[in-house]
Amino acid sequence: MSVSARLRPVALLLGSVVVLSGCVNPTESAEPLENAPDTEVAEEVVIEAVADDYVILYSGREESLVQPLIDRFTEQTGITVDIRYAGTSELAAQLLEEGADSPAAVFLSQDAGALGALSLEGLFAELPAEITDRVDPAFTSFDNSWVGITGRARVVVYDSETVMEEDLPATADDLVGPQWSGKLGVAPGNASFQSFVTAYRVLEGESAADQWASGLTINDPQIFEKNGAILEAVNDGTLPLGLINHYYWYRLASERGAENMTAQLHFTEAGDPASIVNVTGAGLLAAQSFDLDALQLIAFLVSDEGQQYFVENTYEYPLVPGIAAPEGLPALSDLAVADFDLSDLATLRDTQDLLRKYGLIL
Amino acid sequence: MPTTTTMENTPALRAGVSLVSRPPAWLVVLSLLAVATVSIPLVYLGVRASALPFADLVLIFRRPLVGQLVLNTVGLALAVSATAIAAGTIIATIVTRLRIGAARTWLLISALPLAVPSYLASYGWLVIVPSLNGFLPSWALLSAVTIPYVTLPVAAALRGTSADGEAVARTLGLAPTQAFWRVTWPQVRPAAIAGGLLVFLYTLSDFGLVAMLRFQTLTWGVQQAYSASFDRSQAAVLALLLVVIAVVVVAAERGARGSLTRGTALHSAKEPLSGGMRVLLSAVVAFPPLVGVLVPLVGLGIRLGEATTLRSVDPERLIQATTWTIGVSLAAAVVALLLALPLAALAARYKGAWVSAVEGAGYLSNALPGIVVGLSLVFFSLSVIPALYQTVAVLIFAYAVLFMPKALGTARSSIEGVSPDLIDVARTLGASRLQAWARVTVPLALPGLGIGALLVAITTMKELPATLLLRPIGSNTLATELWSRTAAGEFGAAAPYAAVLVLVAAIPAMILSGVRSVAKEEM
Repeated sequence: MSVSARLRPVALLLGSVVVLSGCVNPTESAEPLENAPDTEVAEEVVIEAVADDYVILYSGREESLVQPLIDRFTEQTGITVDIRYAGTSELAAQLLEEGADSPAAVFLSQDAGALGALSLEGLFAELPAEITDRVDPAFTSFDNSWVGITGRARVVVYDSETVMEEDLPATADDLVGPQWSGKLGVAPGNASFQSFVTAYRVLEGESAADQWASGLTINDPQIFEKNGAILEAVNDGTLPLGLINHYYWYRLASERGAENMTAQLHFTEAGDPASIVNVTGAGLLAAQSFDLDALQLIAFLVSDEGQQYFVENTYEYPLVPGIAAPEGLPALSDLAVADFDLSDLATLRDTQDLLRKYGLIL
Repeated sequence: MPTTTTMENTPALRAGVSLVSRPPAWLVVLSLLAVATVSIPLVYLGVRASALPFADLVLIFRRPLVGQLVLNTVGLALAVSATAIAAGTIIATIVTRLRIGAARTWLLISALPLAVPSYLASYGWLVIVPSLNGFLPSWALLSAVTIPYVTLPVAAALRGTSADGEAVARTLGLAPTQAFWRVTWPQVRPAAIAGGLLVFLYTLSDFGLVAMLRFQTLTWGVQQAYSASFDRSQAAVLALLLVVIAVVVVAAERGARGSLTRGTALHSAKEPLSGGMRVLLSAVVAFPPLVGVLVPLVGLGIRLGEATTLRSVDPERLIQATTWTIGVSLAAAVVALLLALPLAALAARYKGAWVSAVEGAGYLSNALPGIVVGLSLVFFSLSVIPALYQTVAVLIFAYAVLFMPKALGTARSSIEGVSPDLIDVARTLGASRLQAWARVTVPLALPGLGIGALLVAITTMKELPATLLLRPIGSNTLATELWSRTAAGEFGAAAPYAAVLVLVAAIPAMILSGVRSVAKEEM
């Protein structure tokens, strides 16, 4: 199926002012548009949808991964995409700072928390159902303010030369057992670690989570700044066990050769919070909400072609039903899926308060 | 505006006059403008922090980890700057005063660690010793890469002064070390302490190295506030904590700096050395470049050998990034120097509490991590000059704000080193204040001004966080290219960019090593 054919319904839909105002209202619009019936709105507000074959994308994901995919998009649609590459958190802070003056139309984020922060400030426009409906509802925003694009599982990484397979932790609780004292690497300041703790709180309850965090602290965890550094430490033989996202392993394996990897991945029991799935996603900036090119770009990311690209190049989970997950990974349904909003900052604050209480983060 | 009289000829009287004389209005205005410019990040932090209710502010300071991180930060910065001051002074003395042979080459080698970004140094070391972590490696490695901030200005000061005084002291019965303390140290103290201040501020602001070596400082807190909490107010409060530490240290530096003794540069006989002593002293001089340059480069080489991503190197991109890096860093050096000049002139020629305060304020932005300064310029340029947002103009402006302090100290001391007698002569001969400044002060202080500008250029080449936020879309520096590859885990593809970055930054570092602090008045 060609992309343009699949996108046509979206474009047609958006071309009509009536539907447009109902579909892509800025989520925090001061205008009383959202509650008004579409027909009335159409009479009051006439906004031209823009399609000038040009989009500015802020990408919190790396250039070597994103650029080839966007090049394909440009080739197929003729839409030029200028991309600002930086870290997800830096770009989120920049977008918050820019507010309505941002030149960006689309933000591609490594994690749901950053999308939630922008959504909370009303910086995102609501996405049309044609885009959000493609994605499994468990892995996207609750209010269509952004759309999930790929999933990455939290996973235990271990040094296969020093840790026996039978000794590996079966659950998150095993991770804080005395046998791992001083041997477990974590990045508590990292968004994906915090999602895992949130999942623990939701799945096991607050008091159990408190005990877990306390147990972790007593167990002298090795504090890292980033997941990638944990993986390297395990692979270099200086750390027996760590908590990371699964796709880091594939990335390092493609750099060093899979046969040279002493670090190996281990998934905890099905449904255990230590194997929570985090998502990457994209949102449409409210100030550019009538940019059809931007919508096409987001639609492309959740198209079959876009999803397949991520599966093949980053070994992440596709979020569109019907696209097969990378080989060798457990099925998405076997991993913990918390029915909570990964981008909900209020929940995140509670998690951070817990980690803070034990001095795991500032 | 009262003019300084030209009758007083003795230094004591002149000092008395400058205490009461007032600087010309244009100098005051330009200085205040310069300070206002580099204070943009502070204003921004104030705005962001004030969004927080007072009760929340108190809560932030009462968090369990805050005390620990403040202690870690201050402890590391003190240890690194003390090491840099001691080692830098010793190395500069060995190279300029003792006969170890090939002095020029040794000085050049000791400048090289400047060219290695601290994140690269720590990465290279981790390849070789993966278990490195905590205070000691952070201290050792940061010291190794920052020692040149002291070595170079002290060496320049030593070459501008005579060793005769020390020789006389020796003949009067003082031991070599005593003679050094009594005679030479006072001559180099301002340069050493000013360099130490830059090292201190550098350590406060560093994130890349301490993150990799897992030593938690306040910059970890700032980064986490952005990356996990998405809370700019919290980040601002923590960044302001860095500023408070910087204020204390800048004030302390003022007390410890001492005033410059103007010496006469004469050719002086160097101490003869035994063969064993020469080897030992050469080893001392070689140690920081070994730790800060050679070992990290070997580490990067090892990673390169293991990598499979080398194929993706695109020579055209590499050349583009190199050109861009050189272009923006030269421009940043010029702008930062222009910004530093009025402040340096004010601080060099006039005394008083407010002059100290104005000059001191000029240093503070240097204590901030690049991301904070980058965001402050996003905030500033969008509200004042939106048309220039994400253009090269704002990028260069940001570099100048970030790194002007690196030019300030050397510019001040080199202007201080130009004898006011010469200005007086020029004035008596009918030159206006500005003419005397342009035709006497600037040419004589030029080497010192050059040191400052080169330091700015080197640091700009290595800058990453502010560059990522402010560069025009599609324009890459060597540092951003290096980042985008390491962020993707492609260390093989990153290696050529790392190598070229170090090579390009080594050029100004090598030029730096040959500059005197003050042009010879006697020639």
